[in-house]
Amino acid sequence: MEVVRSKATSDLRTRQLSAQQLLRGDIEGDDLERYVEERVMLTTLEKAQNWARRNACWPLGFGLACCAIEMITVIGSPRNDISRFGAEVVRASPRQADMIILSGRVSIKMAPIIRRIYDQMLEPKWVIAMGACSSSAGMFNNYAVVAGADKFLPVDVYIPGCPPRPEALMYGVNRLQDKIAADPTLGWRKRYQAEGTEESGA
Amino acid sequence: MPDAAGLELIAQRVRAAAGADAVVGTHYAHRQAMLEIAPARVREVLVHLRDHDEEPFEFLASLHGVDYLPEEPRLGVHYQLLSRARVERLGVKTRVTVEDPVVPSVVDLFPTADHQEREVYDMFGVLFDGHPDPRRILMPEDYEGHPQRRDFPIGGEPVLFTFNEHKLPRWYD
Amino acid sequence: MTDDELEHGVAGGGGQAPDPLATPYRERERSVTIDRVAHGGAAPSEELEPESELFTINLGPHHPATHGVLRLLCTLEGEQVREVKPIIGYVHTGIEKSMETQQYWKAITFVERMDYLAYFANAMSFCSSVETLLEEEVPRRAQYLRVIHLELNRIASHLFWLGTSALDIGAITMMWWALRERDHVLDLFEMSSGQRMHTRYFQVGGVMDDIPPGWERKCHEFLDLLPGRIDQYEALLDRNEIWLQRMKNVGVVSRERLLEYGVTGPLLRAAGDPWDLRKADPYSCYDEFDFKIPVGTIGDCYDRYRVRMAEMRESAKIVRQALEGLPEGPFITTNRKVALPPRHELATSMEALIHHFKLVTEGFRVPAGEVYKAIESPRGELGCYILADGSAKPARVHVRDPSFVNLQALAEMSEGGLLADMIANIAMLDPILGGIDR
Repeated sequence: MEVVRSKATSDLRTRQLSAQQLLRGDIEGDDLERYVEERVMLTTLEKAQNWARRNACWPLGFGLACCAIEMITVIGSPRNDISRFGAEVVRASPRQADMIILSGRVSIKMAPIIRRIYDQMLEPKWVIAMGACSSSAGMFNNYAVVAGADKFLPVDVYIPGCPPRPEALMYGVNRLQDKIAADPTLGWRKRYQAEGTEESGA
Repeated sequence: MPDAAGLELIAQRVRAAAGADAVVGTHYAHRQAMLEIAPARVREVLVHLRDHDEEPFEFLASLHGVDYLPEEPRLGVHYQLLSRARVERLGVKTRVTVEDPVVPSVVDLFPTADHQEREVYDMFGVLFDGHPDPRRILMPEDYEGHPQRRDFPIGGEPVLFTFNEHKLPRWYD
Repeated sequence: MTDDELEHGVAGGGGQAPDPLATPYRERERSVTIDRVAHGGAAPSEELEPESELFTINLGPHHPATHGVLRLLCTLEGEQVREVKPIIGYVHTGIEKSMETQQYWKAITFVERMDYLAYFANAMSFCSSVETLLEEEVPRRAQYLRVIHLELNRIASHLFWLGTSALDIGAITMMWWALRERDHVLDLFEMSSGQRMHTRYFQVGGVMDDIPPGWERKCHEFLDLLPGRIDQYEALLDRNEIWLQRMKNVGVVSRERLLEYGVTGPLLRAAGDPWDLRKADPYSCYDEFDFKIPVGTIGDCYDRYRVRMAEMRESAKIVRQALEGLPEGPFITTNRKVALPPRHELATSMEALIHHFKLVTEGFRVPAGEVYKAIESPRGELGCYILADGSAKPARVHVRDPSFVNLQALAEMSEGGLLADMIANIAMLDPILGGIDR
């Protein structure tokens, strides 16, 4: 994120004293201007918005199969903890979630339901296909599995592995965050006709 | 497990109780006993083995289907019985053809057969006569075909390699 | 209550009921009693029909409280469950049919992904069935290593069950604690086989590789840590008022009824039946270990919880005994027709090279026959039926999954209880949808 910031004084004691003076109302004029400048960041609204979105990406609590165990380990285990990246608030309702982590194999019976849940999520929304089974068919190239969730959903990040390590999932979430910061238009979704498909509950 | 001699004795008793045409054959291999019976007599044989036999088998551990292609009759239904008191297992199997795949249902004898018979119907197409809820259980309700038959194709999509990827159409084309 | 009734009082009560709008607000609050609310706001003397509308809702397949994609069609009357019908198949992967197209060696990876918390148990049932067909003997060291990994997997599975069940019921702290311990077990698995889950460690004839140096010490550290942690979990939950209220006398099914439903495992043991395949029909040297089978009394959810907690302690005892008594010897059968030769032999022996080549390209052939072999997984009797036709690929593999059969008892457990009790029943039932749907 590009910021414009003037160099702040590095001496802690000086900063403390100037903060005290500000609180008492003792700083005036040029001193005040300099004080404010040192503490202000300038950026564009888009970048600030992306920064907020990427750091508070709330996943939908959606586990399908074995990858869900590793996903729960990432969200719920004290060792691999995804809340340090802001993605810990797992929402049960798709209306309140930002991203959906497709963890596990997508069977043909489940596919329309996943699409419906994806439609119920509100823009902006992202999809992480976790594991080999939701990225491609994985090892289950047969009649019962949809060969990759990208047959019916636009997927942003694919994480290989069977199941991927918790660190791999966190890396995938980090890459998604970089993607959110870099490319907010998500224009490639036109191919999937994935815009404006929110279910309105009618 | 009942040994080979014990299996023959069981077969004799089942013949005596359910009719001479009930038992089609006995197989004993790898210390496991398998009794093959006629499909029409399934209920009588299982009732006898559960209640009246001097060595009863009261627990139905598993009910599953097999496709014996290319041997005829193709479809087999296996009942794995267990006697908890003597810790013995007996396999009871019956074979039906694809043209007439009707087997009497044993749900009222063994309530555990409910979901398991539905799975055999779903995967192999064996119709269970008298089942209270004969619907598909694993595949979608409107699916056509019985997937685990041997002549049902495995499905899936062709794997893309560099030599064939330009020949195979993508879904968005 | 219509506006007329509000203004002029209710007809049945005559002029005795005071006009609600006439009373000052604070007085009005006090005039609302439970009696009046129960009778729809009318005076208690007027009899009204109780509500008896049946309401069918759909719980799942996406729902935070179900363990995997289980769909339940519940017919509710108020808060009481009148009928529940489970609908499954949402994660059906056709594993059994896929295994028919793979060699026996490769099919192990498929069967592990069925019951995805007890992956060693799945692999064990498949491998022991193939070994029965091949009449292959497993060396003692391999059997002990298998037991160690099976029991560690049981501990890990029960810990995950504990964490997620407590989360369903509301004790959210338990999830953090249980997953913390589970990470230790997964570290051990990673050390011995390279993967945390679905390790492909069990092979036909033994195990894939010997345990590395330092593994025993790390395992002992974990075993020293575990009983204290289980004590902490019990201190948090055992006498917790909320836990007791949610679990005691909830979901009781009699032992005979459970046996009719084919239920095995901790649910049957909680109902008072000490049926455990490890003791009744020992496989893989289980008869050489000294352990107890925890058994409950009533068969309610609280008993199921206690049984699984005690099972974790017993499993820790088994692992300790197995580590202490671990015999020396090969870790996989020396029959080169079934197991890969060690790599260093490939440089010197032509036969080893040919065996390696045949095993890797075609796989070993299993003589024709059918066999059904059952073991005790953390959820109950896990049986594997294999029909072999003499080729290198199995002709039919069926896995009798315990969760699939145990699910049939859910209807009996939940009907008549409250909706929240049904959630507790599902949690204590421990269904794993990968095993149910296969």
